[in-house]
Amino acid sequence: MIVGETSHVVAHAVKLCRPKVFAVYPITPQTHIVEALAEHVANGELDAEIIYADSEHSMFSAIVGAYAAGVRAFTASSSQGLALAHEVLHILSGMRLPAVFVAANRALSAPINIWGDHSDAMTSRDTSVMQFFAKNAQEAHDMVIQAYKIAEQVNLPAMVNIDGFNLSHLYEPVEAATQEQVDSYLPEFKPKFKLDPANPILMGPIGTPDNYMEIKHRQHLAMEHAREIIRKEMKSFKTVFGRDYRDGFVELYHTDRKTVLVAMGTLASTIEDMIDNGADFGLLRIRTFRPFPHRDIRNALKSAEEVVVFDRAYSYGAGGPLYIETKSALYGTNKKVRNAIVGLGGREVSPSSILKAVNSKEDEVWVDNYDSWIA
Amino acid sequence: MLDGGVIEKPGTSTENKTGDWRTDKPIVDYSKCIKCGICWMYCPDNAIKWENGLPVWDFDYCKGCGICAQECPAKAITMVREEK
Repeated sequence: MIVGETSHVVAHAVKLCRPKVFAVYPITPQTHIVEALAEHVANGELDAEIIYADSEHSMFSAIVGAYAAGVRAFTASSSQGLALAHEVLHILSGMRLPAVFVAANRALSAPINIWGDHSDAMTSRDTSVMQFFAKNAQEAHDMVIQAYKIAEQVNLPAMVNIDGFNLSHLYEPVEAATQEQVDSYLPEFKPKFKLDPANPILMGPIGTPDNYMEIKHRQHLAMEHAREIIRKEMKSFKTVFGRDYRDGFVELYHTDRKTVLVAMGTLASTIEDMIDNGADFGLLRIRTFRPFPHRDIRNALKSAEEVVVFDRAYSYGAGGPLYIETKSALYGTNKKVRNAIVGLGGREVSPSSILKAVNSKEDEVWVDNYDSWIA
Repeated sequence: MLDGGVIEKPGTSTENKTGDWRTDKPIVDYSKCIKCGICWMYCPDNAIKWENGLPVWDFDYCKGCGICAQECPAKAITMVREEK
């Protein structure tokens, strides 16, 4: 058991996965992760090449290069950084490179804001990158190891989301993995294809109208295949590390109740705590956002009458992204599904703001109260 | 390969005849040709060969860009709409 800042705990997990390259560019609140990794390299604990990039666009492009050369790599980013690298996320997934990176989730400008919300993750949701959301330091640490194992079997990138500050800068006790455990869980990286002068291939060629759609359809099938791999790998993770993430998609907490809240990340921990202290609703926490667990959500909410979906991002002109997708998962049922927009740009989400959202009768409510601070 | 669009062996571009991209075809009037080689030098696709002292077009690869006709100092090359 160690006590550490989530960023450092994540760096520890990355180190045990033995990446050969990591590319860095500083952006709050992600920077502590790569700082810690650079320390591991400086201390001789990790044999990796550090690439100091000129921007997040070049940083993610360096990761494309590392994987094209056939080695496991790592990077981390946030907010504007992910936005700048957005096109490279499509390139990673389109070239079917199983890169793993951490996003310390942060709001997008303008107005400029360095604090946490899920806008950066939601903006990346159509990039064909798998997305996992951690609720605490332990899960963030475990998810990195799981992400490599899953990504390398389906040849799609994976993004581990940790809430900026609320999680990235949080100190918690964590059961840190050992090198022996990770080595027995995660085999040496064997790329499906790599650039090798002895066996020349061409990666990233033009996809014409004659073949683009077939290539993209294969990518879709890979994302669907990931569902099976995620379930399988949660079982093998439990065997090696002893921690149970069930099927890996959703976490259920009293979902047999009349009202069930749906949330991702640390927000779910706050709701869990409220339930432990007597709140009469249930909680469905979405752990895997891509591929989206439509069926798991539908099954878990069978007996719920009212569902309140909490979003820390907004799709302007449409609604909260998690709300829109949860509602589509519940299509054809007669449940009342409502949307609460909370915690944008690092706004505190207190138990009182959650209660305010639950008690509202509006289809969509933006909760902006500071009650808990004043009290 | 359909995964990532990877092309698994080198040199496959020689198997793709790109001449069918062409709309206009260069036709040379050899009676006007001064054998200067400027068309051969300017062709961006290496689709003009020099054979027996004369330029010869390889229509498997000529995309009909018209640069040869534009550059020809003797105005010996005409671009003609190609019907297929």
